[in-house]
Parts: sequence; C-alpha cells; structure tokens
Amino acid sequence: MTDPGASVADVVIVGAGVVGTAIARTLAGYRLDCVLADAACDVGTGTSKANTAILHTGFDAKPGTLESRLLSRGSALLREYAAATGIPVEYTGALLVAWTEEQFAALPALAENARRNGYLAVRRVGAGELYAREPALGPGALGALEIPDEAIICPWTTPLAFATEAVGAGVRLLLGTGVTGVSAVEGFYELATTRGVVRGRWVVNAAGLGSDVVDRMFGGDGFTIRPRRGELIVFDKLARSLLRSILLPVPTARSKGVLVAPTVYGNVLLGPTAEDVPDRSDTATTAAGLESLMAAGRRILPGLADEEVTATYAGLRAATEHVDYQIRVEGARRYACVAGIRSTGLSASLGIAEHVVGLLGEAGLPLRPRPSSVALPRMPYIGEAGRRPYQDAELIASDGAYGQIVCHCERVSLGEVRDALASPVPPADLGGLRRRTRAMNGRCQGFFCAATVSRLFEGAGRP
Amino acid sequence: MNVDVLVVGAGPAGLSAARELRRRGVGSVLVADREAEAGGIPRHSWHTGYGLRDLHRILSGPAYARALADAAVAAGAEVRLGTTVTCCGPGASGGFGVTMTSARGIETVGAGVVLLATGCRERPRAARLIPGDRPAEVMTTGELQQRVYLGDERWPGRALVVGAEHVSFSAAVTLAHAGARVVALVTEYERQQSYAAFRAGAALRWRVPVWTSTAVRRVDGRERLAGVEVADLRTGATRFVPCDTLIFTADWIPDHELARHAGLDLDPGTRGPAVDTRLRTSAAGLFAAGNLVHAAETADIAALSGRHAARQIVALIAGPGAELKGRLPVLAEPPLRWISPNAIAVTADGPAPPPLGRFVLRSQEFRRVARLEVRQDGRLLGRSGPVRLIPGRPVHLGVGWLARVDPAGGPVHVVP
Repeated sequence: MTDPGASVADVVIVGAGVVGTAIARTLAGYRLDCVLADAACDVGTGTSKANTAILHTGFDAKPGTLESRLLSRGSALLREYAAATGIPVEYTGALLVAWTEEQFAALPALAENARRNGYLAVRRVGAGELYAREPALGPGALGALEIPDEAIICPWTTPLAFATEAVGAGVRLLLGTGVTGVSAVEGFYELATTRGVVRGRWVVNAAGLGSDVVDRMFGGDGFTIRPRRGELIVFDKLARSLLRSILLPVPTARSKGVLVAPTVYGNVLLGPTAEDVPDRSDTATTAAGLESLMAAGRRILPGLADEEVTATYAGLRAATEHVDYQIRVEGARRYACVAGIRSTGLSASLGIAEHVVGLLGEAGLPLRPRPSSVALPRMPYIGEAGRRPYQDAELIASDGAYGQIVCHCERVSLGEVRDALASPVPPADLGGLRRRTRAMNGRCQGFFCAATVSRLFEGAGRP
Repeated sequence: MNVDVLVVGAGPAGLSAARELRRRGVGSVLVADREAEAGGIPRHSWHTGYGLRDLHRILSGPAYARALADAAVAAGAEVRLGTTVTCCGPGASGGFGVTMTSARGIETVGAGVVLLATGCRERPRAARLIPGDRPAEVMTTGELQQRVYLGDERWPGRALVVGAEHVSFSAAVTLAHAGARVVALVTEYERQQSYAAFRAGAALRWRVPVWTSTAVRRVDGRERLAGVEVADLRTGATRFVPCDTLIFTADWIPDHELARHAGLDLDPGTRGPAVDTRLRTSAAGLFAAGNLVHAAETADIAALSGRHAARQIVALIAGPGAELKGRLPVLAEPPLRWISPNAIAVTADGPAPPPLGRFVLRSQEFRRVARLEVRQDGRLLGRSGPVRLIPGRPVHLGVGWLARVDPAGGPVHVVP
C-alpha cells in the first residue's frame, strides 16, 4: 500500500482492542482526523477476544480506584450502547456462591464492598433459595450473594461495533500495522510501523499487552506488563440448561476461584485459571490448567461431566505491577497512555474512552463536536437469546440465503457469512469470520462445515 | 403439509428407511437433510467397499451415496436437501410437528411417525482436551475428507494421524491422496485396531507405521502447526514430532441434538437415544436408526438398521397387532462400553429381534478370547461362542437366547 499516514492525523490510536476501538468511536464524535492502528490483522484479537465475556457491574472492584469508577460508568454506557447497536447481551444476574465456612464468612464484606462501589442491589441468598434457583449446583453450597445486574455479553461484536462506528465516521483503520518506533517532529509524531510511517499530532497508547513497550517509546517507565494467562473451557450448548445465572467464586486469600457462566451463544463457560507467564503471546492451554478446571467444574456443576467440551482457549490479561489502571494524559507531549486495564476492559471500555477523551480535551486536544451526530451501526445479531436469521421467516422470504444453513451446529446461514465478508470491517482470516458469524465455532469444530466455510471465505477473493 | 413418516437425515440409514417405507406401501415419506447433497458421510469417502451387505455390490462412497438417494426417490420418497430440522415437537393434530428451515422458508410439517437418522461425528481435538496452541491445521477425518474430496484441497507436508481404527487408515489414504506424507498413526492402545489386511495394505503401499501405546500430549505452533509432543505410555518418555497436519480420527459421538431437545432418554453407553430391538426411542412414534444409535458402524450396517426401523414403522402404522407389551433394558458390563439396541421390545409374539438378528457391542479393552454371557435375574440365558474384543471394532451377539427372556423379569445383562 502507499504510505498509510502521508497526511498528519490529529490523533493516532495505537491498539484496536476493545479499549482502542472505544476511544476511536468516541473521538469520532468530534471534528478530528483519526487513525486507529493495530499490529494484528483484525480488531479485538488480543485480550479482547479471549476472556470470560461478562459485563460486570464493578461490585467487586477496589473502592476509590479509577477502575471502580470507570467500570461502573462504562458498564452503564455499554448496556445502552449494546441495546442500540445489537451487541448480544443477556441479563442473567450472578450468584457469588460460598462453598466453605471461610467463603461464607467473607460474604458480608463483599456486600459492603459493593455498597462502597455504589452498587446497592446485592442481596444475600440462603442455601434453600440458591438450590431452588440453581438445582444443578453441586452439593455443599452454604449460601450466596446475588448480584442481579451482572450480565453476559458478546466480546467479539463489542470491539467490532466500536470499530464499525469509527470507520463509518471516517476513522482510518490500519490493520497489520505494528508500531516499532517513534520520532518527534515539529508539532507531530512519526510512528515507524510494520507498514510504513504513520504521522499524528497526538498519540493514544491503547496497546494492551504491548502498552509498556509503546509507553517507553514516549519516555514512560512507570509500569511493566505482566501477562496473566487465563485458560477457559467452553461446554456444549446442551449443557446450557444446567444453569441460569453466572456462578461466581468467592475470592479468598488463597485463590481467586473459577466461575461457571452461560455465554450469549448458548454455551457454558468454565474458567479462568490465573497464571503469570513471561511470554506476551503464549495463549497455549496446558494439561494442568484444563485438568484443574475440569475438577472445579465437576464440583460446581456436576452435570458438566456428562456434557461434551466444544472448545478450550486461553487469553492473556494485560496486568501490571499496579492494582489500578495506568491512565495518564501528558498535554505537553500530546500523548495519552491507557494501560493496565487487566480483565475489566470489556465492561469499562466506554467509561475509559469517555474519561480519556475528557482528559485529552483538558490537555489541549481541540474537541469540536461534529455538526451532525454519527449514526450508530446495527450489528449482525449472533446471540442465542434473540431471533437469529434462520428463525426469521420474513428475512428468509426476502432473501433465501438466510435460510440456507452452512454451519449446522451454530446454525449460521450463507446470508450471514456473505454479509460478514462484505461488512465495513471485514474478516481477514477464518478466525475473523468465526468471531463475526459463529461459523465453525460449534460442537463439531468443522467436521461438517469447515470445508464449505473455507471455500466461501476464499471465494470472496481473500488470501 | 402432512406426511405419514418424516425421516431426519439422508445418510445411508435415512435413505434406506425411506425406500423401504415406500416399498412397503407407506403413503407419504419425506426425508429432510441439511446438506446440499444426499448420502451422508459416504459422499466424501472415496475409497471402495461400500454397499457390500445392503446392495450386494461394491461401490465407492460417492457412488453408494448416489445409489441410495436414487433408490429412495425412485421408490417415491421426497428428499428435501439444504433443509435443517430445528425442532421436533408434538403436532397440532396428534403425531409430531417438525420445524425446518431452508432457502424456501420456515415450515412445520405434521408427521405421524418420525425417524431420527442424524448420524455421528468424530470428537474434535478440543473435546479430547488436548492442550497447547490452536493452529488451523488440526482437524477431524470428516473435515479432511470434505476439504480434499469435495474441495479439491492439497495438504502437502508431514501429517500425523491420531487413532488406529479403520477410519484412521482411511484418513491416511486421504492424506496420501492430498499430497501429504503420513509420519505415523498414533494410538494409546497397545495395538492397532483395524483389520490385518487393511493394515498390511496401508503399511505396504504407504509405509505408514503405527505407534502404539502413544499419546498426543500437546499441540505446538502459534501461526501454523509445528508439531506435537507425544508420550510413550510404557516408559513415560516424551518427544517432539514435527508435522504440518494433525488429524483426529474416530472417537465417535452421535449427533444427538434433536434427540436431546425432543426429551428422549439417552443410553449412557452409546450416547445416542436409547432404543429397543424395534428401534423405538422412549417417545411413542419416534424411532432412531443408523449411527445415531451405534456410532460408528459401516455404512451398509447403518443402511440395514434403517431398513429394520422402516419395517417396525410399517407394523406400527398397520395397527394394534403390533402392540408392545413391554421393554426390558439390556446392559453391557465393563469392559464392554455399549450395546445397541439397549432394550428388548416385548410383543404378543414374544421378544422382538434386533436389526440383522444380532446386537452390536463395543469394548474398551482388548481381550484375545472372550465369551459373552447373557444373564437375567441371575439366570444364564445363553453364552456366545469365542469372540475377540478390540476397542473400536464391533462385537456381535446373536439372539438364540432371546426366547428364554422372561418378559416380566428384570434387565438383561451382557457380561464378558
């Protein structure tokens, strides 16, 4: 391609994860020329794509922290945004289940912590009510805290919706563009990237697992990313009837514990493990990790043992040595660092973006609203709770391709695959197509559909 | 629309059942299949050997698939392709209401009787909990064969096949066809499980070694597959085996989603719907046949299972003479993994025989010589001749003892 950043952008956002895309779509509301760059070939491919997919309330955050505030704000904003754009969300609520006397004794403090975070809907649930609500729960639970507003969300559609909105508003999305160095020129920066030079007056570092490396290019040395790997197991949709709410563990001094949650695709998720790893790209699963999860799953929800596993994966949380987010804006340098978002980025993303854009304005970035507001995108619905194209008689009558199923386990139609390939932020590989449509994500893992789906992808004139 | 019998799945079992139903005078038979072409798994299995026991000739997989589909249509069955059955519930006026989606729209078809013939699939890598990286070049035989035979894909480089059953050798043949060099077949068992002739043929022609007592411990390769770590189960020693393609074979599981959603009892051994010797499930009017109830037998056995179901359905439609008096569970004791059918249908004429006049079983252990004893309430009903138990290979049990079953007695146990 030609020099991607021949012109000087007002803002270059480094990192197109859920945080970077949220900042991009928020900045797109102003009269600014923005570039959104990511080293990967798609948006949301790092921590954003492999997590527990929970839309947190922030009830368990550390009171008084920036994380607590932005989580609470971001969670509320994302609920509205998801409803407006069609991001799959299910309001399942969560039960924080105590299995030992120690955990049971910790419940009042957790309720008090929630209140200090401004979350008041927490409620104690006795063992009788707990088992009435979750009859498949393993024996031995002593009681629970109910957090009625915890929800599950599609982690793939969320950054994609942000990016789609941003691109629709004129943000230039540069994928496969990893930042390798920076030099300050009069009034702007030149970022050396794997695809040429990108120029911008302001730079926002939302590089997730690489954010400390980028920060050092701008003279920062306040934190180091310490990747914490979380392995997860996805169970077959036939396991979905085993639970109604998210079943959260009670954190103790010894262990953070493992959760069991429904997913918006109708599966059951078990995880995560927590292991510090030196390698920032090591998302391999391990025998010990999967074994410990299966053992925990058998205790929490014994019925899982009889169900098939659909997928296993691991994600890396971009943790640092600090408890709180590492967010700072330096007006003199025209630089913002948005790092250390750990595992709450999905829920907090819009709160973080609002906060960071506010700080950028205070630091001197001219924020002049666009004369007309940017239209929100309407995203293809890939959840299980609402109506999917194969269930929509009117849609199929208008175009038979929505009745032609190509991925049988997930019931993904030809029409949906075609739409994804022609979307404003199209997939660059089969993984991207999976995250946009669910194709090949089901129990057969491609036994029936992979050959067909691959042909459709390649037929669309892609590499 | 209303039909007498609706068959879900146009594989060997479903197509053979449809043809038999029409031959025996059933008025309207509709077969729904989600794929664009009829025939099921044989569509993309290009080796020969199909049709031996049901059509009494030897065909390639695709030719066999076409022959079964043509015969069903010629007999007057309607075969709807590209049609996904999403729900099978009670009908508006008795029978069943079967909802299906296709490019033509969403339709609920009323059916007096439903036959589930949805087949089976191989457990993929994730379901086997093999840890490591997740590169794309890891797949099942089903995916490989569709890519190679239907998609004309090439898979050059080194390939490793997990499993040493018939289908594993079939995967090795497909890989050779696709330009791959098969490094080995690996199995956790102490010996391979295919027939000697097939194994010798494969070994001679493609020089494929079988590594026994060997387990795949980890998959390596972030951007693309680099290789796997294998462990020798006898010594515990591990080593790295470089490869470019990794195929997980066998380890069959029935595609039982519709059966589960219809609330049918499952057999804990086969993981398919529990069926009696007349291939009736736990719901009246709902039958199941083929590899949904015995994953996996060869295609001709699935076809004959479909024919058997068709005859029972005809008897049911014919009227009260076929009324059933009871149902006795049949339980396979370890190391037997499962038995199919897993119950005996008791009629006015006595216990009804299973498809092909025999039960089919699987073992999870090797036994050079075993005799299967059939017991009921502590009473010995019969004893089989000497059989060999090989994991992944069928073991058959004849029914000479069936007449001695006490219809009022307890479950029947099969003990090796």
